[in-house]
Amino acid sequence: MNASSESGAPAVAASALTRRFGTLTAVDRVDLAVRHGEIFGLLGANGAGKSTMMKMLTTLLPPTSGSARVGGFDITREPADVRRRIGYVPQLLSADGALTGQENLRLSAKLYGLPRAERSARIADALGFMGLAEAAHKLVRTYSGGMVRRLELAQAMLHRPAILFLDEPTIGLDPMARHSVWDRLSDLRRDYGMTVLITTHDMEEAEALCDRIAILHAGRIAVVGKPAELRTALGPEATLDDVFAHYAGGGMTEGGDFAATARTRRTARRLG
Amino acid sequence: MRRFLRESTAIAQIELIKLTRDPTELISRAVQPVLWLVVFGQVLAHVHGIYTGEVGYLAFLTPGILAQSVLFSAIFYGIAVIWERDLGVVHKLLVSPALRASLVFGKAVSAGFRGLVQAVVIYLIALATHVALREDPRAILGVLAAVLLGSGIFSTFSLVIACIVKTRERFMGIGQVLTMPLFFASNAIYPLELMPPWLRFVAQANPLTYLVDALRGLMIRGGEHVHAYAVDFGVLLAVFCVLLAIAVRLYPTLAE
Repeated sequence: MNASSESGAPAVAASALTRRFGTLTAVDRVDLAVRHGEIFGLLGANGAGKSTMMKMLTTLLPPTSGSARVGGFDITREPADVRRRIGYVPQLLSADGALTGQENLRLSAKLYGLPRAERSARIADALGFMGLAEAAHKLVRTYSGGMVRRLELAQAMLHRPAILFLDEPTIGLDPMARHSVWDRLSDLRRDYGMTVLITTHDMEEAEALCDRIAILHAGRIAVVGKPAELRTALGPEATLDDVFAHYAGGGMTEGGDFAATARTRRTARRLG
Repeated sequence: MRRFLRESTAIAQIELIKLTRDPTELISRAVQPVLWLVVFGQVLAHVHGIYTGEVGYLAFLTPGILAQSVLFSAIFYGIAVIWERDLGVVHKLLVSPALRASLVFGKAVSAGFRGLVQAVVIYLIALATHVALREDPRAILGVLAAVLLGSGIFSTFSLVIACIVKTRERFMGIGQVLTMPLFFASNAIYPLELMPPWLRFVAQANPLTYLVDALRGLMIRGGEHVHAYAVDFGVLLAVFCVLLAIAVRLYPTLAE
């Protein structure tokens, strides 16, 4: 239970949240409310502002203007309180390949201040939950792409956060590994009641996982709703791809700078 | 304080595990001091071209090369940090509630491990080349403290540069530009008295000079140090604290 769920406030609430880089407005006066216990998808083409939103909500990047509360705490004024209540899986593969799965988790356990007496049990639980118990003592560089992502989920859930932020968590994974990650995310929500905010530009992922989605276009939210409702609103035969193309500028704009593309490719390459 | 120590230790411990699992870097870094001491040092010692007081040139040079090894192994630390940024490791660390000071200090401590290994290598070379070393434990502890402090200074300086330039390509260029002037504008391979006034002025503002000075007194039997140890360690500690404060402020910008 966290401050926001006790007060009835949304798990994540943004108000006119804005981030500018020089003359570029990456996120433009975004209002957003993510309910407790839901899996919420932020969709958008490359460069739409998804990752910038994610960075601001996880306290990695200060907003230029506007405000947001995560788990009931202000991202600018109370970043330390926000950090204690969230788990984060970045788009890039952040597990350390030179360490074993268990060593990666032990580092997280110490940084999140888990009591020494509980660490080993919590690590074993998290690894077991993600189906990695047998690989716990193997170097992460020997893991498959899906295993690395599951390990990162284990790291992100180790301190039992109220809210999980996942930035393109299945990018570069093969279909089986993607489904495995989706299953674990659904289990996390069911067993721990976690709120999950996920960015993706994969419509299948959004349809399979998300209770509600928001489509970002040019830094602004074009539409928010349940995937099925958005489809129905567009037409009887409409798919989520159609919804995306309709709201994200017809899908014809090519967003994403060189760095973003390089980052995506690097992640895909590491996943093998 | 307990939290700061726990978090810093966690970061340093991880680096130590990785270092022991793959010591290739340590082995390759041992080559350079061997060349400086066994080739350059031996030749210059025979020439008698540089007046070094009561001790021979090789003995004079040995602490300088230890300081150089500390500098060279720590100054490229920023590249590893940029690599961690590119892999998303920095983002994950910064989303954790760990103190920023712990993350930066933990990195400095792990650089200290590398410095200590360099110290062992240099001691072994010095023994093999019959340099008269001080053997009393307090002096050896002093050398270890100086090496830890020096590693902390140059690795944190490197981290600051990494936070400013943010790419490996830019860092490589700046790293090369910084290391050589720091080395040559110090008392590592020649005494301050031989320098022209302007260079002596620069050397007095160079923390490497104080590291070499402390090492020269602590490491070598009869080794002369210009400043009192309190001055050497005081300057090193002050520089480390200032750099640490700057790095703590800049480190979060790596994830932006």
